[in-house]
Amino acid sequence: MAWEAVIGLECHVQLRTRTKMFCGCPVAYGSEPNTNVCPVCLGLPGALPRTNAAALAFALRLGVALGCTIRAESVFARKNYFYPDMPKNYQITQYERTLCEGGALPLAREGGGRAIALTRIHCEEDAGKSFHPERQGDRRWSRVDLNRAGVPLLELVTEPVLRSPAECAAFLTELRRLVRWLGVSDGDMEKGQLRCDANVSLRPTGSTTLGTKTELKNLNSIKGVERGVAAEIARQTALLDAGERVRQATLLYDADHERLAVMRMKEHAHDYRYFPDPDLPVLRVSEAQRAEATAASPELPWAREARYRDALELPAYDAAVLTESRDLGDYYEACVPPGEPKLASNWVMTEVMRVLKTRDWSVAEWAARVPAPRLRELLARVAARELPGPVAKQVFAWFLEQDGSVAELLERHGVRVAGGDEELLPIVRAVLDENPGPVAQVLAGRDATFGFLVGQAMKKSGGQAVPQVLQRLLREELAARTPRP
Amino acid sequence: MAIDRAEAARIAELARLDLPESELDRVAAQLSQVLDFVARLDELDLEGLEPTAFAPPHAALRADLPDGRTLEPGAATASAPEAEFGYFIVPPVVENLEP
Amino acid sequence: MSGPAPWRLSAREVAAAVRDGSLSPGDAADAGFAGPGARFEGEVHALLASDASARKAAAARVPRDGVLAGVPVLLKDNLCTVDHPTTCGSRILEGWRSPYDATVVRRLREAGAVVVGKGNMDEFAMGSSTEWSAFGPTRNPYDPSRVPGGSSGGPAAAVAYGLVPVALGSDTGGSVRQPAAFCGVYGLKPTYGRLSRYGLVAFGSSLDQVGVFARHVGDVAEVYRAVAGSDPFDASMLEGPAPDVSGWAAGVRGLRFGWPANLWREGVDGAIVAALERAASWLERAGATRVPFEFLPGAFAVAAYYLLATAEASSNLARFDGVRYGLRMRSDELATLYTRTRGAGFGPEVRRRILLGTYALSAGYHDAFYLKAQRARTRIAHEYAAAFARCDWMLMPVTPSLPFRLGEKTADPLAMYLSDVFTIGANLAGIPGLSVPMGLEASGLPVSVQLVGPADAEPVLLRAARALEAEGDERNIPPGHEKEFAWPGKR
Ligand SMILES: [Mg+2]
Ligand SMILES: [Zn+2]
Repeated sequence: MAWEAVIGLECHVQLRTRTKMFCGCPVAYGSEPNTNVCPVCLGLPGALPRTNAAALAFALRLGVALGCTIRAESVFARKNYFYPDMPKNYQITQYERTLCEGGALPLAREGGGRAIALTRIHCEEDAGKSFHPERQGDRRWSRVDLNRAGVPLLELVTEPVLRSPAECAAFLTELRRLVRWLGVSDGDMEKGQLRCDANVSLRPTGSTTLGTKTELKNLNSIKGVERGVAAEIARQTALLDAGERVRQATLLYDADHERLAVMRMKEHAHDYRYFPDPDLPVLRVSEAQRAEATAASPELPWAREARYRDALELPAYDAAVLTESRDLGDYYEACVPPGEPKLASNWVMTEVMRVLKTRDWSVAEWAARVPAPRLRELLARVAARELPGPVAKQVFAWFLEQDGSVAELLERHGVRVAGGDEELLPIVRAVLDENPGPVAQVLAGRDATFGFLVGQAMKKSGGQAVPQVLQRLLREELAARTPRP
Repeated sequence: MAIDRAEAARIAELARLDLPESELDRVAAQLSQVLDFVARLDELDLEGLEPTAFAPPHAALRADLPDGRTLEPGAATASAPEAEFGYFIVPPVVENLEP
Repeated sequence: MSGPAPWRLSAREVAAAVRDGSLSPGDAADAGFAGPGARFEGEVHALLASDASARKAAAARVPRDGVLAGVPVLLKDNLCTVDHPTTCGSRILEGWRSPYDATVVRRLREAGAVVVGKGNMDEFAMGSSTEWSAFGPTRNPYDPSRVPGGSSGGPAAAVAYGLVPVALGSDTGGSVRQPAAFCGVYGLKPTYGRLSRYGLVAFGSSLDQVGVFARHVGDVAEVYRAVAGSDPFDASMLEGPAPDVSGWAAGVRGLRFGWPANLWREGVDGAIVAALERAASWLERAGATRVPFEFLPGAFAVAAYYLLATAEASSNLARFDGVRYGLRMRSDELATLYTRTRGAGFGPEVRRRILLGTYALSAGYHDAFYLKAQRARTRIAHEYAAAFARCDWMLMPVTPSLPFRLGEKTADPLAMYLSDVFTIGANLAGIPGLSVPMGLEASGLPVSVQLVGPADAEPVLLRAARALEAEGDERNIPPGHEKEFAWPGKR
């Protein structure tokens, strides 16, 4: 029998706030253990939470971008379970009345532009980290660091509508781009800023009922999601093909060894005893806050990608690369000279991105060094054929180290660009006069020799001529010397 | 509404409370007695009433700023029963795995 | 200095004497320990911790211009303090030292008060007799064979016998008002959300409120003023400033008080009924009008309360697990570390309530218990609102009985719970209640009445309490019971 996979994802996005969800401790990665903690996030007796306004603003921004229904009043609830990472032994989260409901994330590239429907998005606090067993002789123990405890998270849950591991990967990739685009998260999966669990079930192709699902945890990279889900689909397929049943289970994906392990759970381990957190008032979203989130909402990445393809006529590849981040897209657009989107795309995708890579710079760091208008001036002169390629590249290199406009840099370095016809025409004529043999060959139809003439003319200009201009002048002069029939 | 011994043990497990065997029956009986008493809520007409979860309505949110409460290094683990290199120490946290 | 010994002074008198330099904060703080402390503390056991050097250090730092300059205060041991351990009367927190002061404690210190120690209490404020303290019970200073009430029994007893003029407790279902009544002092449970809960170790978060004990109405007002008001660290507080209680002596002329006599038609001690009648007549004499009506019996409130408070407690007390602070029972396994630590660290009443709350929230019972109790809470709040449409406050008992004997109710949890039948409603409705001593009854035990008002009615409750205070004096204490005691008489 043919089986169809039904997959739902649960993603956790760490918000880019300065302080934690319910206290003023810094959100920082890589600090000494248990130094970014206070009575609140340590769960000390008597401490109370208070909600971070920035976390709510970020949540709204994401909710608006995804077209969710935003609840005017949502409720924080306590999810009760014991775990050493969780200082209070309950997590403050949302349960019944969550902040955002519905909405969808469009997959611009894969899946034929399918939009993945969302169930809800809600705010919650993160847990700390435990470092898994240390061993010394007979003794085994774990270490607990609570620096991450209380860091704000958004949990985003999809409907069970994903159909393949590739689609899961595409979803996560698109989600990561979006949260970065909106500035709500750095989305760095290595740092755990974007994490994902998957619910996977199979059913006979064409059936509409849902099979028994398993929960797959620890999918902490896009590759991991793709491979983990694929492995689980394969496991379930083998079971069903053999006539066995899939049992409800929680599995851990071990990315290092690319294998799944089943977690044993006590039968009532999931009795979380949710109830509204009496320490926190109803989370109220005013019309003004909603309007602010809508107003702050930029052109979304998939819309911009489509515009680059359709309106700017960029190749799909260029459109995808340039909309990888909003900073990059914004920078790109700001340096397009009139009518030259592809020229700018080439320069940004090769020259600019090379520097970003070699220097490990962000777009912002680059833009601070080379503001877009500066690059646009350079590109405009390239487009107008006023600068030979090597000179343009040289100017670009100077941009990195020195201030000044294109003209100032050329002047400072004594580079003269032989640009105009009146300057180049005598050179072209001289070259033709000095090379009667090659000229004759070209005139006889051996176009390969044309390159030789261009090279001679370039040499004569001291490398300062724009090749396209030289070529045009050569063609015109040759045409003038063609014997009339 | 009677809570039996098994139910008392199940709740104790959920609450992570070590309840001596000898106490189970007594606790079950006492809880049952309280639940019987609580059943009188059925006499109240609660038709159409919203549940009250918390008394105060809406407090302003906190600005995303430090609030001066972050503890000095070392203070968090100072009163811990067991700590090492700034970490809290617990018995091994292992996911219960089946291959 | 001449005049009465410092421990007999009101808090306001102490502060005035400290401000004018006639009394040093150190002497003021020591006075209660030397005189009445030496005489009563050994038997009463109101204190859990009292660090003389911390007391001296605090006294040395007192701002001399504070409204409570040099006033010694005792804090219930569930208020976090940096200079004394905070144990909540529990083994699980034995010796734990908070790295921060509760907001109300910080405010007291800023006003000049000197924290002299921590008062005994039922473990985690769960109890009505202070017999559930892991460190031994507190006894009633009027009769050591009887309980002081609870759960703030230590602070109530200490104020009564004269260790301190004022103290702070906490009231989740009556834990300030009931021990105040049993010990014959004033006990105010303010409107929910007017006193910060930051640093008050949570029992039932939606019900808990810090409360004030004092021997004088004016002192209640002064302490309330010093500690009330919004706190950025507590998101459950009401917006805006706390009500102004400076008019506490303004009298009650023209005001109406509710008289829900159906509540004490049966099951209430005759001495308490007599005190209610006496209080009503005094209030009428002071110009207030009695408005009789029927009110919803308190048993419903008790039923809702024991589901809601325990549900919240089961979650609030989950953090005591032996990992970050407090007691830890050794184990090689995480699961048994939790169960053993919590099994050994919590006493029987706390365990019972955690179990009840866990049950009420657990899958399958959540709606039948927790949700129904929340609806009942709404209904009860409506009942109070309807009553306060007809009166400015209600006069009612604090407790059905006079102080009971140690051991009398410990074997019967329900009987113990029902001793809060008149106080719990105010916690569910989030409204203020004030326990007012009406002197000693024939057997020499204190007898009290309760004033309950709508939200933010503290000024009115204090005016009514002052009217009763002004009417009462030693003549109202039955003959033969004017024995020399900490009870300073009504001024
Ligand atoms: Mg979650
Ligand atoms: Zn913190």
